[in-house]
Amino acid sequence: MCRIGAIKSKNYIQPKTALQLMRSQQKGHDNSGFAMVMQDLGGVFEKYKGLPILSMACTDDGIKIAEDILHKEGFARVFQWAPQVFPREGLKIEPMPNYVFQVYQLPKLYKYAPESEKEELLVEMRLKIRKALDELDEGFIYSFWPDVVTLKEIGDPSDIGEYFDLWSENKDFSAKIISAQCRQNTNYDIVRYAAHPFFLQGYTAMANGENTFYEKNKNFQKNLYKGYLGFESDSQCFLYTLHYVHKVLNWPLIYYKHTITPLSFDEIDKREDNAVLSKIRSSLANLEINGPNTIIGVLPDGSVFNCCDSKKLRPVVVGKNKDTVIITSEVSGLNDVMPERNWEDDIYTHEREMIYVNNDLEVQRWHQ
Amino acid sequence: MASVKVNDLAKDDLSWRIDYDSSRCTMCGSCVSSCPFGAIHSKVEKRRKVVSEDITPNPKIIFQTVPVISQTIDEYMFCRGCGVCERVCPNEAIRPVRNSDARFGMRYRGALADPFKRGGRSNLETDGRTLDKIKVGRISQMTDPSLDAQRHTFDILSPFGRTLPAGEIPFSISEDGKLKFSGDAPPVNWIYPIIIGDMSIGALSWRVWEAIAIATAYLNEECSIPIRMCSGEGGVPQRLLKSRFLKYTILQIASGHFGWNRIINAMPEMVEDPAGVLIKIGQGAKPGDGGLLQAKKVARHIQEIRGVPKADLLSPPNHQGLYSIEESVQKMFLSLNSAFKFNVPVAIKVAASSTSVSVYNNLLRDPYNIVGGFFLDGIDGGTAAAHEISLDHTGHPAISKLRDCYHAAVHQGKQNQIPLWAAGGLGKTGNLASDAFKMICLGANGVFSGKLIIQLAGCLGNDQGKCNACNTGLCPVGICTQNPLLVKRLDVDKVAENIVNYFLSVDQEMKKLLAPIGNSTLPVGRSDALISTDKNVADRLNIQYAC
Repeated sequence: MCRIGAIKSKNYIQPKTALQLMRSQQKGHDNSGFAMVMQDLGGVFEKYKGLPILSMACTDDGIKIAEDILHKEGFARVFQWAPQVFPREGLKIEPMPNYVFQVYQLPKLYKYAPESEKEELLVEMRLKIRKALDELDEGFIYSFWPDVVTLKEIGDPSDIGEYFDLWSENKDFSAKIISAQCRQNTNYDIVRYAAHPFFLQGYTAMANGENTFYEKNKNFQKNLYKGYLGFESDSQCFLYTLHYVHKVLNWPLIYYKHTITPLSFDEIDKREDNAVLSKIRSSLANLEINGPNTIIGVLPDGSVFNCCDSKKLRPVVVGKNKDTVIITSEVSGLNDVMPERNWEDDIYTHEREMIYVNNDLEVQRWHQ
Repeated sequence: MASVKVNDLAKDDLSWRIDYDSSRCTMCGSCVSSCPFGAIHSKVEKRRKVVSEDITPNPKIIFQTVPVISQTIDEYMFCRGCGVCERVCPNEAIRPVRNSDARFGMRYRGALADPFKRGGRSNLETDGRTLDKIKVGRISQMTDPSLDAQRHTFDILSPFGRTLPAGEIPFSISEDGKLKFSGDAPPVNWIYPIIIGDMSIGALSWRVWEAIAIATAYLNEECSIPIRMCSGEGGVPQRLLKSRFLKYTILQIASGHFGWNRIINAMPEMVEDPAGVLIKIGQGAKPGDGGLLQAKKVARHIQEIRGVPKADLLSPPNHQGLYSIEESVQKMFLSLNSAFKFNVPVAIKVAASSTSVSVYNNLLRDPYNIVGGFFLDGIDGGTAAAHEISLDHTGHPAISKLRDCYHAAVHQGKQNQIPLWAAGGLGKTGNLASDAFKMICLGANGVFSGKLIIQLAGCLGNDQGKCNACNTGLCPVGICTQNPLLVKRLDVDKVAENIVNYFLSVDQEMKKLLAPIGNSTLPVGRSDALISTDKNVADRLNIQYAC
């Protein structure tokens, strides 16, 4: 079972907090990987807030492929940073030759383009690079978006931390939101794309559990939007539904919960908003999930949320102190990272609830 | 010797031979009077007997004339093997036995220059059913716990009606940040995923029809299982049309349009909308044939319900004046939708065929968003009377075509928009729940079944040539007849009880299949839950092969 967690803080935090959160929850055999998405960046990326950052793990040729594609389209590189690596014998890790974090200026043509066009362009570019990398097996691209970096690695999370020196204080590499997962999904081959968290157009999502409606979700999603592809993990479906409901359909966030775990027909009948709920249930029946899982998501505005399957079969806990909120799989992680909090305020999200954390770190409980 | 004797029809030509034991027979006459076909009759035989009346043996031969039961050898009055004689005999003196040397079909055609007609289904089954080669192979275990079928709550409902894509639902966002539904959208009724299939009044006796209607109402109102029954062609009794139970009935308009003037005339007095309208373009049991209700079955009440004189009633193989898919949408859907003020979903039923997917593909592009369902009827369904050549040699299995339609919808990204309902031999081996579950995993939103209902009503026929006398109007158990004496044999309450009980068990069994795969709602299109032990089936249906 994956362990997942999201840390949202008023201050810049470093990956070591995420690693610590994950390691506390790690079970003996959970050594297949570690991945994280950092948003609202500090350190070396702080001054490039509006510009897209390319996150890749690839070969030397892979870098060239990506750069050529972006240059051809008119993107100009303005900054690049790579984590220093510390290889040593005995580390359980299968590293790629390069970890690329490059900041780009948008093509001049897009200077006055509406936001939506820029957003579509960034997706197009990521898909194009992904295709080119896949064809030649030269690497993986995880995100291409302003203020976001993604790192995914296969191996033991502690060793991955050592390899990238993530266990030490490193002010260059920090963010106010870090979402992370240890252990890749085990249903399929261990591939880098399958590691959570998944990212698309400002949306980040990860899940702890199974999606037994994976095939049904996938069959429906693959025709909804060009960015819904890959499906290396059944948990990717959660991200795509989030993106579809909130971004494409532009529905309020609460309807994400209504889509993936609709109320029963009996309950819908009793509600005042039954016309809305029954229509959603009819139209988006294929996006329903029916497995044991808990989902943590980050929205483009930086707010964070959590919800569970309708049977509440997977653990999750939310804890906070005055400047940090953490949502994670198991309370052991929370206790390790944030022992001084008031434990009585912890929230164990229930099956018909959404936990929403806004940018003032106010924790709201929304009843479905 | 005269050759005419050799070419006469003989017992040995018949499909069934009467096994009669005169030593057990008390000559009560029950068997003869209960055989609707006149396949047995009483007669006298001269018997030779050796007796001894003296103290010491002194055998002598006497001849006696004794009454016996004898099999009728006739092209019309032949034994169908229904076994009613055996059921009524108090002494186990008589029963039909299948004759493996039969060649009756050939003799019948040779003698009468007429195609052989019968009811039932294909009697040429040589291979097992596809559905029986599929198992539910994905069982939830450690990471995705299965559910407790007894204690967990399940939400087992399917849509009947056109579903709009999410982006086209007239939603707006109100001031409180909630979605508001304002505008129109096609009606969608959420019903139990198994519909009692369309069987026409006229073909069936009013008693069966009433029993099914009673069972349906009971299941809805007492058991909270929202089963719907489809009327079949032939009209609906006025008292049902004007009752509140109409909401459980899907009205069918078929190619003969029988009874529709009565339905339309009853509309001002309807207190409820029907559950839906089903336009029958074709049926799986005898695709391309159309139905025929013989004049002898058009009793007075059938004349009234259908609004017809006592005559052979031919339901043509297609709706006359309907020449394209576009027309079916424009003319029929628009007119029927508007008849019920767009409050009632209108669906279409076609026979599974090589062209079904084209039709479905086209309907998915229907610009009016008005097609409320696609009912696909396969070869194994049907009870109606037809030419044997149609029953045995025409038709298309529903399963692969259902799968093709589902894939076509997936390809267009429009699955679930026009709900897929499929049938054709479902419940044939007695377990409707497992068949329905597998069809749903393959992409059906729901299924419908008719023949099983008839079996529950007491039909004695099967797919090995037993009874199959639906064409005669002489159904020995009062199901497929309008003969008042035969109809009386049917116990309405008992039939209703059987149907209710069967659906209660089906509901339990559906849960017993949902629980192990960890789903509390219907697994539409979850073919990953299925495996097949037949490589060809697995490849064709795109499911996992297991061995």
